[in-house]
Amino acid sequence: MHRFANPARFTRLADRILPFAAVGTVVALGVGFYLALFVAPGDYQQGESVRIMYVHVPSAWMAMFIYVAIAVASAVALIWRHPLADLAAKASSPVGAGFAFLTLVTGSLWGRPMWGTWWEWDGRLTSMLILFFLYLGHMALLNAFEDSQRGYRAAAILALVGVVNIPIIKFSVDWWSTLHQPASVMRLDGPTIHPSMLWPLLIVAVGFKLYYLTVVLLRIKSELIAARLRALDLATVKAAEVQGQAVQG
Amino acid sequence: MTRKRRRLYIVIAALLVFGGATALVLTALDDSLDLFQSPSQLMASPPPPERGIRLGGLVEEGTVLKSTDGLSVSFRVTDGAQSVPVSYKGILPDLFREGQGVITVGNMGPDGTFVAREVLAKHDENYLPREVVDALKESGQWQGEATQ
Amino acid sequence: MEEITAFFEMGGYAVYVWPSLALTVVIMAGLLIATLRQLRNRQRRLAELEARGVQRQRRQRPAPDPTAQPGAETREARP
Repeated sequence: MHRFANPARFTRLADRILPFAAVGTVVALGVGFYLALFVAPGDYQQGESVRIMYVHVPSAWMAMFIYVAIAVASAVALIWRHPLADLAAKASSPVGAGFAFLTLVTGSLWGRPMWGTWWEWDGRLTSMLILFFLYLGHMALLNAFEDSQRGYRAAAILALVGVVNIPIIKFSVDWWSTLHQPASVMRLDGPTIHPSMLWPLLIVAVGFKLYYLTVVLLRIKSELIAARLRALDLATVKAAEVQGQAVQG
Repeated sequence: MTRKRRRLYIVIAALLVFGGATALVLTALDDSLDLFQSPSQLMASPPPPERGIRLGGLVEEGTVLKSTDGLSVSFRVTDGAQSVPVSYKGILPDLFREGQGVITVGNMGPDGTFVAREVLAKHDENYLPREVVDALKESGQWQGEATQ
Repeated sequence: MEEITAFFEMGGYAVYVWPSLALTVVIMAGLLIATLRQLRNRQRRLAELEARGVQRQRRQRPAPDPTAQPGAETREARP
């Protein structure tokens, strides 16, 4: 794993993966959205409003997936002091926050016509809102300290503490009585969603995963360049100091 | 023990302790984290009429009565064991129908009728095309919608 | 024509379905564009700094390894 700690090596690897990830994103999202909008049938109860599912459910999966990824990266950063892990966590949280926000808003837009309410403080909706706030807290902590290392440390601890929220989101619909219905896809006895709707959903979900891979690789690259910019700035200042001392001496 | 090994154990221990503490808190709060009460729970400990509560269950088949102006509606909410009469004035969500899971928000009236200010429809975890449901119904294999 | 209208009406749920899809596209595209812009900006600044910085440092002492990242090596070397 430490082989990728070298920024140059990581950038080379990222540059090799990126074209595939980008093309894959475009293809999966193109096919997925086409199927979701034009091919998939309406639901027997929900009619055409079920099409919101094709963005709501993959967004929710991504919001949870990215949070777990941040928590793993944070553990690696805290335990093995792997600098790239800090950058990966930092690069991920705006993307995760975006998906958590999408989950909340599209859920609200779906809940209004189906349930009859924009919002209800049930276990699932509330724990998802907490996830969104955890993302915001993570982003805020990263920028809260003068010393970026302390920011990374604080954000990593928050990420690990917040990871208990993930099983709560997942099982809230089983543990408590909620307005939100139980799981339809990730359940032990198999999906309760018809294949004609399941396939478009899974293809969009793959597209979202590849989108995250693309964006996070670009963002880590960007963070590495930012680190070099800071280093060069520092070197320039030092060089000026050395020059100044040489003149005095 | 190397420093990395020690940090690994600290992180694992902290996660276990924090996870355990969270689990304990959630267990202690269990009932208050429920969004709604079932008719059985409501009958077992009737709340004072001034307290707003959420009553959840299925709309009992054959109990939905709409007033002539179409604004008021009455129906019974059941959990299979007990059922509570509910009256409501307002717009019903699109998913409201007999046999559907609902959550009604309101107060228990003195006459034992639950007066709802708000009616929310639950939907189940099944997603099916209409044609598939029609075909299932035709062949007599349809299991019904009440799976909450 | 009627089919197209029916498609956009989404069975009466148009006001819920289309904003959901539109917001998804806006947020995902927006994040990607912001990321690309930031990357291009930083790449440009790095190119400028290197062009100037490397010249100045050459007069002082040998240029440092351009792939070196302060902090990374020292932190890695620790047992």
